[in-house]
Amino acid sequence: MVRVDGKGNGNALVQVRSLDKTYQRGSQEVHVLRGLNLDVEREEFVAFMGPSGSGKTTLLNLLGGLDLPSRGSITVDGDEITHLSGPKLAAWRARHVGFVFQMYNLLPVLTAFQNVELPLLLTRLGKAERRRHVEIALDLVGLSDRLDHYPRQLSGGQEQRVSIARAVVADPTFLLCDEPTGDLDRKSAGEVMALLERLSAEFGKTILMVTHDPRAAERAGTVLHLEKGELVEGQGTS
Amino acid sequence: MKFFRLVWSNLLRKKTRTTLTIGSFAVALFLFGLLVTIQTAFNQGVEVAGVDRLVVRNKISLIMPLPLSYQQQMLQIPGVKAVTFATWFGGYYQDPKNFFPQFAIQKETWLKMYPEFQVPKDQWSAFLADREACIVGQKTAQKYGIKVGDRIPIVASIWGGVWEFNVRGIYTGVRTEDDTTQLWFRWDYLDERRQWGKGTVGWYVVRVENPDDAMAVAKAIDGRFANSSWETKTDTERAFAAGFVKQMGNIKLLILVIGGVVFFTLLLVTGNTLAMSVRERTGELAVLKTLGFTDVAVLWLVLGESLLYSAQGGILGLAAVKLFTLHGDPTGGFLPLFYLPPSKMILGLLVALATGAAAGIIPAVLAMRLRIVDALRRV
Ligand SMILES: Nc1ncnc2c1ncn2[C@@H]1O[C@H](COP(=O)(O)OP(=O)(O)OP(=O)(O)O)[C@@H](O)[C@H]1O
Ligand SMILES: [Mg+2]
Repeated sequence: MVRVDGKGNGNALVQVRSLDKTYQRGSQEVHVLRGLNLDVEREEFVAFMGPSGSGKTTLLNLLGGLDLPSRGSITVDGDEITHLSGPKLAAWRARHVGFVFQMYNLLPVLTAFQNVELPLLLTRLGKAERRRHVEIALDLVGLSDRLDHYPRQLSGGQEQRVSIARAVVADPTFLLCDEPTGDLDRKSAGEVMALLERLSAEFGKTILMVTHDPRAAERAGTVLHLEKGELVEGQGTS
Repeated sequence: MKFFRLVWSNLLRKKTRTTLTIGSFAVALFLFGLLVTIQTAFNQGVEVAGVDRLVVRNKISLIMPLPLSYQQQMLQIPGVKAVTFATWFGGYYQDPKNFFPQFAIQKETWLKMYPEFQVPKDQWSAFLADREACIVGQKTAQKYGIKVGDRIPIVASIWGGVWEFNVRGIYTGVRTEDDTTQLWFRWDYLDERRQWGKGTVGWYVVRVENPDDAMAVAKAIDGRFANSSWETKTDTERAFAAGFVKQMGNIKLLILVIGGVVFFTLLLVTGNTLAMSVRERTGELAVLKTLGFTDVAVLWLVLGESLLYSAQGGILGLAAVKLFTLHGDPTGGFLPLFYLPPSKMILGLLVALATGAAAGIIPAVLAMRLRIVDALRRV
């Protein structure tokens, strides 16, 4: 069950209450999120849609602990992250969040293998164990034969699959994807979406995804629209 | 060390830039090593000078002589244990460019005054037995291929003529720093053969009973000869050597100024390179933070990069100086103890690392302060 009315029973994995985010632009205040509520249970696959500038990325950044809200609270798996300080928040991200970005954001100086290994460097895993995890993750995204390739030697679709492998390798609590197909052709986008769908259905991953693409949104179990700083269910304007 | 490869891979990002940065460090450290070697060479005399020895010279100038009779008079001063003397000969071997010091020495007392110099017993006996004998230091002997039994000509620039000496022995130093470039011959032979200055010596060397009394004894000696026609100036050997170095100009200051300018330039160049490299990968640093790298970890990644540049360049530069100094004195005799001590190499490496850290700290702090959302928005 996904709810946007703030009346969840408290068992949801992600609980957002009365979330406000205001940016200061010069002397002007921009209210991007206004009293936003959200409950997402485990293993859900949610798509956020909405016009450009409606605050989708802002919401995702707040959910992932990359930024702090102006007001309101976010609780993930019992941890209220809106109260965590810098280093604690970093540790929380490492443990609980897998990010996938529109522009893949792989490190160009590292190979596919090394990119996927990055989150594991922050764990206690030994070298051999890290290798095993990375190989499993790259196998999952169908790139076992590209371990030693650098990002510039991969296609956009392949890069995005490497970045998905990097997002899941440390087995995070949930995945946050910001327009994961936004920069891909239709075929690659289809492959990436099939992969996310499989992660949700087969591996029970909780996924929160921002997208402009109705074809991508179709794959999600729930589609929410961001309008005037709040989330609404069903058919939106975009 | 699992983060090492992450730092390392950033060095490989722009190979030309990395090579140039490491090269700047290498050049700077080469210069540093060279200056330190020169300074060490100049100061070596000061550092190895005996603490219980005084040098007594003519008050007017080092090149003015003192009468021979002072030896007996000094021995009567309380606190004086032994006295020897020498005269500067100032000649050259084969070519005026071949500089090494030659001393006419008092054969009975000289070696006892300088326990740091070693001559095999039989060679010393041969020296005592031959008026035209000389003893040559190991370094000079090696340099000119002089062997025991050779007869070598020295052109005398002060007393004129060519003086031939029989090489009766080679002396060595107990420590590596000991100066083994000198040639000693007998003062009695000098005094017999020279046309003028007979009965005088260049300077005296006095051993005191107790180093703590050195200054008092020095005062007593100068007091003893005050108001005579040959007044003296007595210093500890260390002060004497330091004064000698001072005459060469303030080398330490020179080295500090040159070194300071070089390292300041290095600081700016490296700092700028790193700032550029951080600016270029704002997005990547933000991604690392997104993945859970803390701000402090990111600071260390950038600082580590800077330290890697400086360590590699430093090692390269210092190794080059070491190789260079292995050939010994490049000046043909003016810096007989031309070598780079290990302690100074370590100092050099520390200076390099400190420079690297100083150059890296501002870019590193910028990287640390980087806010993820701002950086990602710019990607
Ligand atoms: N750091 C900031 N300072 C000022 N305004 C900001 C800042 N970040 C975002 N905004 C503003 O907040 C609003 C929401 O931005 P956000 O990036 O969340 O939109 P979005 O829904 O992700 O848009 P898009 O679909 O184009 O990615 C925009 O009007 C944007 O200009
Ligand atoms: Mg966005």
